[in-house]
Amino acid sequence: MNGGQDLGGQMGFGPVRPEPNEPIFHGDWEKRVLALNVAAGAMGQWSIDESRHARESIPPADYLSFSYYQIWLAGLQNLLLQHGFVTSDELIEGKPSAPPRPPKRVLKGEDVAAVLRRGFPYAREAQAPARFSVGDSVRTIVIHPQHHTRLPRYARGKLGVIERVSGCHVFPDTGAQGQPETAQWLYTVVFTGPELWGRDADPTTRVSIEAWESYLEPA
Amino acid sequence: MSGHHHHHDHDHDHDNHFTPIEARVKALETLMVAKGYVDPAALDAIIDTYETKIGPRNGARVVARAWSDPAFAARLKADGSAAVAELGYGGRGGEHIVAVFNTPEEHNLIVCTLCSCYPWPVLGLPPVWYKCPPYRSKAVIDPRGVLADFGVTLPQGQSIRVWDSTAETRFIVIPMRPVGTEGWSEEKLASIVSRDSMIGTGLAVVEAQS
Repeated sequence: MNGGQDLGGQMGFGPVRPEPNEPIFHGDWEKRVLALNVAAGAMGQWSIDESRHARESIPPADYLSFSYYQIWLAGLQNLLLQHGFVTSDELIEGKPSAPPRPPKRVLKGEDVAAVLRRGFPYAREAQAPARFSVGDSVRTIVIHPQHHTRLPRYARGKLGVIERVSGCHVFPDTGAQGQPETAQWLYTVVFTGPELWGRDADPTTRVSIEAWESYLEPA
Repeated sequence: MSGHHHHHDHDHDHDNHFTPIEARVKALETLMVAKGYVDPAALDAIIDTYETKIGPRNGARVVARAWSDPAFAARLKADGSAAVAELGYGGRGGEHIVAVFNTPEEHNLIVCTLCSCYPWPVLGLPPVWYKCPPYRSKAVIDPRGVLADFGVTLPQGQSIRVWDSTAETRFIVIPMRPVGTEGWSEEKLASIVSRDSMIGTGLAVVEAQS
Protein backbone atom coordinates (compact mmCIF):
# COMPACT_ATOMS: atom_id res chain seq x y z
CA MET A 1 0.00 0.00 0.00
CA ASN A 2 1.09 3.56 -0.71
CA GLY A 3 1.22 4.42 2.99
CA GLY A 4 3.43 6.56 5.16
CA GLN A 5 6.04 3.82 5.23
CA ASP A 6 6.98 4.01 1.53
CA LEU A 7 9.61 6.70 1.97
CA GLY A 8 12.22 6.14 -0.74
CA GLY A 9 12.86 9.38 -2.66
CA GLN A 10 10.55 11.60 -0.61
CA MET A 11 11.94 15.01 0.28
CA GLY A 12 11.70 17.67 2.94
CA PHE A 13 12.65 15.68 6.05
CA GLY A 14 15.93 17.54 6.48
CA PRO A 15 19.37 16.08 7.11
CA VAL A 16 20.06 12.77 8.84
CA ARG A 17 20.97 13.60 12.44
CA PRO A 18 23.01 10.87 14.10
CA GLU A 19 22.98 11.03 17.89
CA PRO A 20 26.47 10.87 19.41
CA ASN A 21 26.88 7.91 21.78
CA GLU A 22 23.29 6.89 21.18
CA PRO A 23 21.96 4.54 23.89
CA ILE A 24 20.39 1.25 22.80
CA PHE A 25 17.06 2.36 24.29
CA HIS A 26 15.71 5.82 25.13
CA GLY A 27 13.72 4.84 28.18
CA ASP A 28 12.46 1.63 29.75
CA TRP A 29 9.19 1.64 27.83
CA GLU A 30 11.10 1.16 24.56
CA LYS A 31 12.66 -2.01 25.98
CA ARG A 32 9.25 -3.34 26.93
CA VAL A 33 7.80 -2.55 23.47
CA LEU A 34 10.68 -4.37 21.77
CA ALA A 35 10.33 -7.41 24.03
CA LEU A 36 6.53 -7.52 23.74
CA ASN A 37 6.75 -7.41 19.95
CA VAL A 38 9.36 -10.19 19.81
CA ALA A 39 7.49 -12.36 22.33
CA ALA A 40 4.10 -11.75 20.70
CA GLY A 41 5.54 -12.57 17.27
CA ALA A 42 6.73 -15.89 18.70
CA MET A 43 3.10 -16.82 19.48
CA GLY A 44 2.97 -17.73 15.77
CA GLN A 45 -0.37 -16.07 15.12
CA TRP A 46 0.78 -13.68 12.38
CA SER A 47 3.62 -13.45 9.88
CA ILE A 48 6.32 -10.79 9.88
CA ASP A 49 4.63 -9.32 6.81
CA GLU A 50 1.29 -9.04 8.58
CA SER A 51 3.05 -7.21 11.40
CA ARG A 52 4.62 -4.86 8.86
CA HIS A 53 1.19 -4.23 7.36
CA ALA A 54 -0.22 -3.43 10.80
CA ARG A 55 2.46 -0.75 11.17
CA GLU A 56 2.14 0.74 7.70
CA SER A 57 -1.66 0.95 8.15
CA ILE A 58 -1.10 3.67 10.75
CA PRO A 59 -2.36 6.93 9.13
CA PRO A 60 0.57 8.70 7.40
CA ALA A 61 0.47 11.83 9.59
CA ASP A 62 0.81 9.64 12.68
CA TYR A 63 3.35 7.29 11.07
CA LEU A 64 5.64 10.17 10.19
CA SER A 65 5.42 11.81 13.60
CA PHE A 66 5.69 8.68 15.79
CA SER A 67 9.01 7.39 17.03
CA TYR A 68 9.74 3.88 15.77
CA TYR A 69 8.83 2.24 19.08
CA GLN A 70 5.56 4.18 19.07
CA ILE A 71 4.91 2.67 15.62
CA TRP A 72 5.72 -0.79 17.02
CA LEU A 73 3.42 -0.23 19.98
CA ALA A 74 0.50 0.86 17.80
CA GLY A 75 1.15 -2.00 15.36
CA LEU A 76 1.17 -4.61 18.14
CA GLN A 77 -2.04 -3.26 19.67
CA ASN A 78 -3.69 -3.44 16.23
CA LEU A 79 -2.57 -7.05 15.71
CA LEU A 80 -3.81 -8.15 19.13
CA LEU A 81 -7.17 -6.47 18.51
CA GLN A 82 -7.58 -7.81 14.96
CA HIS A 83 -6.79 -11.35 16.07
CA GLY A 84 -9.16 -11.20 19.02
CA PHE A 85 -6.53 -11.54 21.74
CA VAL A 86 -7.54 -8.33 23.51
CA THR A 87 -10.37 -5.79 23.46
CA SER A 88 -10.07 -2.00 23.28
CA ASP A 89 -11.36 -1.72 26.84
CA GLU A 90 -8.72 -4.14 28.09
CA LEU A 91 -5.96 -2.09 26.43
CA ILE A 92 -7.17 0.99 28.29
CA GLU A 93 -7.73 -0.74 31.62
CA GLY A 94 -4.60 -2.90 31.52
CA LYS A 95 -6.49 -5.85 33.00
CA PRO A 96 -8.47 -8.70 31.50
CA SER A 97 -12.24 -8.47 31.19
CA ALA A 98 -12.64 -11.10 28.45
CA PRO A 99 -11.34 -14.68 28.61
CA PRO A 100 -7.95 -15.21 26.94
CA ARG A 101 -7.72 -16.69 23.46
CA PRO A 102 -5.11 -19.47 23.78
CA PRO A 103 -2.20 -18.71 21.42
CA LYS A 104 -0.45 -21.39 19.38
CA ARG A 105 2.70 -20.96 21.45
CA VAL A 106 4.02 -18.97 24.38
CA LEU A 107 7.73 -18.17 24.36
CA LYS A 108 9.23 -19.23 27.69
CA GLY A 109 12.15 -17.44 29.27
CA GLU A 110 14.38 -20.49 29.14
CA ASP A 111 13.78 -20.88 25.37
CA VAL A 112 14.56 -17.30 24.36
CA ALA A 113 18.25 -17.82 23.55
CA ALA A 114 17.58 -20.86 21.35
CA VAL A 115 14.59 -19.32 19.56
CA LEU A 116 16.45 -16.08 18.78
CA ARG A 117 19.52 -18.02 17.63
CA ARG A 118 17.44 -20.25 15.36
CA GLY A 119 15.39 -17.36 13.97
CA PHE A 120 12.63 -17.84 11.45
CA PRO A 121 14.18 -18.70 8.08
CA TYR A 122 12.17 -17.56 5.05
CA ALA A 123 13.77 -19.71 2.33
CA ARG A 124 11.57 -22.48 0.94
CA GLU A 125 12.06 -25.41 -1.40
CA ALA A 126 11.64 -24.38 -5.05
CA GLN A 127 8.60 -25.81 -6.80
CA ALA A 128 9.66 -24.64 -10.26
CA PRO A 129 12.86 -23.43 -11.94
CA ALA A 130 13.77 -19.75 -11.69
CA ARG A 131 12.42 -17.65 -14.55
CA PHE A 132 15.39 -15.27 -14.60
CA SER A 133 19.17 -15.65 -14.49
CA VAL A 134 22.01 -13.38 -13.44
CA GLY A 135 22.54 -10.72 -16.12
CA ASP A 136 18.97 -10.74 -17.44
CA SER A 137 17.29 -7.41 -18.10
CA VAL A 138 13.97 -7.07 -16.32
CA ARG A 139 11.32 -4.41 -15.81
CA THR A 140 9.48 -4.13 -12.52
CA ILE A 141 5.72 -4.12 -12.72
CA VAL A 142 3.54 -1.12 -11.92
CA ILE A 143 1.11 -1.89 -9.11
CA HIS A 144 -0.64 0.19 -6.49
CA PRO A 145 -2.25 -2.43 -4.26
CA GLN A 146 -4.37 -1.51 -1.25
CA HIS A 147 -2.63 -4.34 0.59
CA HIS A 148 0.96 -4.93 1.65
CA THR A 149 3.74 -5.15 -0.92
CA ARG A 150 7.52 -5.00 -0.75
CA LEU A 151 7.88 -3.36 -4.17
CA PRO A 152 8.53 0.29 -3.28
CA ARG A 153 6.96 3.04 -5.38
CA TYR A 154 10.28 4.47 -6.56
CA ALA A 155 11.21 1.14 -8.15
CA ARG A 156 7.95 0.38 -10.01
CA GLY A 157 8.04 0.27 -13.83
CA LYS A 158 11.86 0.51 -13.88
CA LEU A 159 14.44 -1.25 -16.01
CA GLY A 160 17.03 -3.20 -14.07
CA VAL A 161 19.40 -6.15 -14.22
CA ILE A 162 19.30 -9.37 -12.22
CA GLU A 163 22.43 -9.50 -10.12
CA ARG A 164 21.74 -12.35 -7.74
CA VAL A 165 19.29 -15.25 -7.47
CA SER A 166 18.55 -15.86 -3.78
CA GLY A 167 16.38 -18.97 -3.86
CA CYS A 168 12.67 -19.17 -3.10
CA HIS A 169 11.43 -17.00 -0.25
CA VAL A 170 8.06 -16.54 1.45
CA PHE A 171 5.97 -14.12 -0.63
CA PRO A 172 4.95 -11.13 1.51
CA ASP A 173 2.08 -9.61 -0.47
CA THR A 174 -0.35 -12.47 0.11
CA GLY A 175 1.06 -13.64 3.44
CA ALA A 176 0.41 -10.21 4.95
CA GLN A 177 -3.28 -10.70 4.18
CA GLY A 178 -3.40 -13.85 6.24
CA GLN A 179 -3.51 -16.11 3.19
CA PRO A 180 -1.70 -19.46 3.28
CA GLU A 181 2.04 -19.16 2.87
CA THR A 182 3.45 -19.31 -0.66
CA ALA A 183 7.00 -18.81 -1.90
CA GLN A 184 8.56 -17.30 -5.02
CA TRP A 185 12.03 -16.92 -6.44
CA LEU A 186 13.76 -13.87 -5.02
CA TYR A 187 16.28 -11.76 -6.94
CA THR A 188 18.57 -8.82 -6.35
CA VAL A 189 17.72 -6.32 -9.11
CA VAL A 190 20.01 -3.35 -9.65
CA PHE A 191 19.04 -0.04 -11.25
CA THR A 192 21.10 2.98 -12.30
CA GLY A 193 20.48 6.29 -10.58
CA PRO A 194 19.17 7.94 -13.79
CA GLU A 195 16.76 5.02 -14.44
CA LEU A 196 15.16 5.60 -11.04
CA TRP A 197 15.48 9.36 -10.67
CA GLY A 198 15.75 10.82 -14.16
CA ARG A 199 18.35 12.47 -16.34
CA ASP A 200 19.74 14.80 -13.68
CA ALA A 201 20.47 11.95 -11.26
CA ASP A 202 24.02 11.00 -10.28
CA PRO A 203 25.17 8.41 -12.87
CA THR A 204 27.74 7.05 -10.42
CA THR A 205 25.12 5.66 -8.04
CA ARG A 206 23.24 2.39 -8.36
CA VAL A 207 20.40 1.11 -6.18
CA SER A 208 19.18 -2.44 -5.77
CA ILE A 209 16.02 -3.94 -4.35
CA GLU A 210 15.20 -7.53 -3.46
CA ALA A 211 12.36 -8.46 -5.82
CA TRP A 212 10.10 -11.52 -5.86
CA GLU A 213 9.58 -13.10 -9.29
CA SER A 214 6.03 -11.79 -9.76
CA TYR A 215 7.34 -8.21 -9.41
CA LEU A 216 9.36 -8.71 -12.61
CA GLU A 217 8.82 -9.00 -16.35
CA PRO A 218 11.41 -9.78 -19.02
CA ALA A 219 12.75 -6.67 -20.76
CA MET B 1 12.94 8.40 47.38
CA SER B 2 13.86 7.44 50.94
CA GLY B 3 13.02 10.00 53.57
CA HIS B 4 10.65 11.85 51.29
CA HIS B 5 7.25 11.97 52.88
CA HIS B 6 4.23 12.04 50.61
CA HIS B 7 1.13 13.86 51.77
CA HIS B 8 -1.13 11.82 49.55
CA ASP B 9 -2.03 8.16 49.62
CA HIS B 10 0.80 6.43 47.74
CA ASP B 11 -1.32 3.65 46.25
CA HIS B 12 -3.89 6.05 45.02
CA ASP B 13 -1.31 8.20 43.27
CA HIS B 14 0.67 5.27 41.92
CA ASP B 15 0.40 5.88 38.17
CA ASN B 16 0.97 9.61 38.14
CA HIS B 17 4.69 9.43 37.46
CA PHE B 18 4.12 7.60 34.16
CA THR B 19 3.99 9.58 30.95
CA PRO B 20 1.02 8.65 28.71
CA ILE B 21 3.14 6.36 26.53
CA GLU B 22 4.69 4.66 29.56
CA ALA B 23 1.22 4.10 30.97
CA ARG B 24 0.03 2.59 27.68
CA VAL B 25 3.00 0.22 27.53
CA LYS B 26 2.58 -0.75 31.18
CA ALA B 27 -1.11 -1.48 30.59
CA LEU B 28 -0.32 -3.59 27.52
CA GLU B 29 2.38 -5.60 29.26
CA THR B 30 0.24 -6.18 32.37
CA LEU B 31 -2.63 -7.31 30.19
CA MET B 32 -0.55 -9.64 28.01
CA VAL B 33 1.04 -11.26 31.05
CA ALA B 34 -2.32 -11.59 32.81
CA LYS B 35 -3.86 -13.24 29.76
CA GLY B 36 -0.98 -15.68 29.52
CA TYR B 37 0.33 -14.53 26.13
CA VAL B 38 3.83 -13.65 27.26
CA ASP B 39 6.16 -14.96 29.94
CA PRO B 40 7.72 -12.10 31.95
CA ALA B 41 10.98 -14.06 32.10
CA ALA B 42 11.03 -14.15 28.29
CA LEU B 43 10.62 -10.36 28.10
CA ASP B 44 13.58 -9.88 30.42
CA ALA B 45 15.68 -12.39 28.48
CA ILE B 46 14.92 -10.66 25.17
CA ILE B 47 15.92 -7.26 26.55
CA ASP B 48 19.08 -8.68 28.09
CA THR B 49 20.03 -10.28 24.77
CA TYR B 50 19.93 -7.01 22.84
CA GLU B 51 21.41 -4.93 25.64
CA THR B 52 24.35 -7.15 26.48
CA LYS B 53 24.87 -10.00 24.00
CA ILE B 54 24.03 -8.90 20.46
CA GLY B 55 25.43 -5.65 19.10
CA PRO B 56 27.84 -4.15 16.56
CA ARG B 57 30.88 -5.73 18.25
CA ASN B 58 29.68 -8.97 16.64
CA GLY B 59 29.84 -7.45 13.18
CA ALA B 60 33.22 -5.88 13.94
CA ARG B 61 34.62 -9.34 14.69
CA VAL B 62 33.25 -10.58 11.36
CA VAL B 63 34.97 -7.70 9.53
CA ALA B 64 38.25 -8.22 11.41
CA ARG B 65 38.19 -11.92 10.55
CA ALA B 66 37.52 -11.10 6.88
CA TRP B 67 40.45 -8.67 6.83
CA SER B 68 42.76 -11.20 8.47
CA ASP B 69 41.77 -14.41 6.75
CA PRO B 70 41.31 -14.38 2.96
CA ALA B 71 39.71 -17.84 3.00
CA PHE B 72 37.11 -16.60 5.51
CA ALA B 73 36.52 -13.49 3.38
CA ALA B 74 35.85 -15.73 0.38
CA ARG B 75 33.38 -17.84 2.37
CA LEU B 76 31.72 -14.66 3.67
CA LYS B 77 31.31 -13.40 0.12
CA ALA B 78 29.87 -16.72 -1.05
CA ASP B 79 27.47 -17.40 1.86
CA GLY B 80 27.15 -14.69 4.50
CA SER B 81 24.89 -16.66 6.84
CA ALA B 82 27.19 -19.69 6.93
CA ALA B 83 30.30 -17.58 7.45
CA VAL B 84 28.95 -15.48 10.34
CA ALA B 85 27.67 -18.72 11.91
CA GLU B 86 31.32 -19.79 12.16
CA LEU B 87 31.68 -16.99 14.74
CA GLY B 88 28.48 -18.06 16.46
CA TYR B 89 26.20 -15.40 15.01
CA GLY B 90 22.85 -15.70 13.26
CA GLY B 91 19.15 -16.02 13.86
CA ARG B 92 16.29 -13.63 14.35
CA GLY B 93 16.42 -10.58 12.12
CA GLY B 94 19.36 -11.96 10.18
CA GLU B 95 18.31 -15.36 8.89
CA HIS B 96 19.69 -14.56 5.42
CA ILE B 97 22.87 -12.49 5.60
CA VAL B 98 24.69 -11.08 2.60
CA ALA B 99 28.05 -9.34 3.09
CA VAL B 100 28.87 -6.60 0.60
CA PHE B 101 32.50 -5.56 0.27
CA ASN B 102 33.66 -2.01 -0.32
CA THR B 103 36.31 -1.61 -3.01
CA PRO B 104 38.28 1.38 -4.28
CA GLU B 105 35.78 1.46 -7.16
CA GLU B 106 32.52 1.15 -5.21
CA HIS B 107 31.20 2.06 -1.76
CA ASN B 108 28.17 0.25 -0.32
CA LEU B 109 25.32 1.68 1.75
CA ILE B 110 22.43 -0.26 3.31
CA VAL B 111 18.93 1.03 3.99
CA CYS B 112 15.39 -0.17 4.47
CA THR B 113 13.10 2.40 2.82
CA LEU B 114 9.91 0.49 3.74
CA CYS B 115 10.53 -0.22 7.44
CA SER B 116 13.63 -0.83 9.56
CA CYS B 117 15.23 -4.07 8.34
CA TYR B 118 18.73 -4.31 9.76
CA PRO B 119 21.11 -7.25 10.38
CA TRP B 120 20.32 -7.77 14.07
CA PRO B 121 22.62 -10.76 14.80
CA VAL B 122 25.71 -8.85 13.67
CA LEU B 123 24.82 -5.20 14.34
CA GLY B 124 22.21 -5.40 17.11
CA LEU B 125 19.23 -3.06 17.14
CA PRO B 126 19.30 -0.20 14.65
CA PRO B 127 19.99 3.38 15.75
CA VAL B 128 17.08 5.81 15.69
CA TRP B 129 18.30 7.67 12.60
CA TYR B 130 18.33 4.42 10.58
CA LYS B 131 14.59 3.98 11.21
CA CYS B 132 13.57 7.61 10.63
CA PRO B 133 12.23 9.37 7.52
CA PRO B 134 15.31 11.52 6.75
CA TYR B 135 17.57 8.51 6.21
CA ARG B 136 15.01 6.17 4.66
CA SER B 137 13.87 8.80 2.14
CA LYS B 138 17.25 10.19 1.17
CA ALA B 139 19.53 7.13 1.04
CA VAL B 140 18.19 5.89 -2.30
CA ILE B 141 17.93 9.25 -4.11
CA ASP B 142 20.89 11.15 -2.65
CA PRO B 143 23.34 8.73 -1.01
CA ARG B 144 26.24 11.17 -1.32
CA GLY B 145 24.13 13.74 0.53
CA VAL B 146 23.54 11.19 3.29
CA LEU B 147 27.28 10.56 3.54
CA ALA B 148 27.82 14.32 3.78
CA ASP B 149 25.40 14.39 6.73
CA PHE B 150 27.81 11.96 8.40
CA GLY B 151 30.85 14.02 7.42
CA VAL B 152 32.00 11.40 4.92
CA THR B 153 33.28 12.32 1.45
CA LEU B 154 34.26 9.54 -0.90
CA PRO B 155 37.33 9.78 -3.11
CA GLN B 156 36.77 11.05 -6.64
CA GLY B 157 35.78 8.22 -8.94
CA GLN B 158 34.36 5.88 -6.28
CA SER B 159 30.78 5.02 -7.20
CA ILE B 160 28.03 4.19 -4.69
CA ARG B 161 25.84 1.13 -4.47
CA VAL B 162 22.75 1.34 -2.25
CA TRP B 163 21.06 -1.86 -1.04
CA ASP B 164 17.38 -1.44 -0.16
CA SER B 165 16.46 -4.28 2.23
CA THR B 166 13.04 -5.09 0.78
CA ALA B 167 13.14 -8.84 1.61
CA GLU B 168 14.40 -10.88 4.59
CA THR B 169 17.92 -10.64 3.21
CA ARG B 170 20.05 -8.57 5.59
CA PHE B 171 23.16 -6.79 4.40
CA ILE B 172 26.37 -5.96 6.23
CA VAL B 173 29.00 -3.74 4.64
CA ILE B 174 32.60 -4.93 4.88
CA PRO B 175 34.58 -1.68 4.89
CA MET B 176 38.03 -1.43 3.35
CA ARG B 177 40.91 -2.15 5.70
CA PRO B 178 42.77 1.07 6.45
CA VAL B 179 46.46 1.35 5.65
CA GLY B 180 48.70 1.28 8.69
CA THR B 181 47.01 -1.77 10.22
CA GLU B 182 49.40 -4.37 8.88
CA GLY B 183 50.21 -7.06 11.43
CA TRP B 184 47.38 -6.08 13.78
CA SER B 185 45.57 -8.79 15.74
CA GLU B 186 41.93 -9.48 14.94
CA GLU B 187 40.98 -7.97 18.28
CA LYS B 188 42.80 -4.73 17.55
CA LEU B 189 41.36 -4.61 14.04
CA ALA B 190 37.83 -5.09 15.41
CA SER B 191 38.33 -2.06 17.66
CA ILE B 192 38.46 0.30 14.66
CA VAL B 193 35.35 -1.12 12.94
CA SER B 194 32.48 1.22 13.80
CA ARG B 195 28.81 0.38 13.50
CA ASP B 196 28.39 3.07 10.86
CA SER B 197 31.19 1.61 8.75
CA MET B 198 29.15 -1.62 8.53
CA ILE B 199 26.04 0.33 7.44
CA GLY B 200 28.07 2.33 4.96
CA THR B 201 27.54 5.74 6.56
CA GLY B 202 31.09 5.63 7.88
CA LEU B 203 34.52 4.28 7.02
CA ALA B 204 36.95 2.21 9.05
CA VAL B 205 39.70 4.59 10.11
CA VAL B 206 42.76 4.57 12.31
CA GLU B 207 42.49 7.45 14.76
CA ALA B 208 45.36 9.89 14.38
CA GLN B 209 47.78 9.71 17.31
CA SER B 210 47.65 12.92 19.28
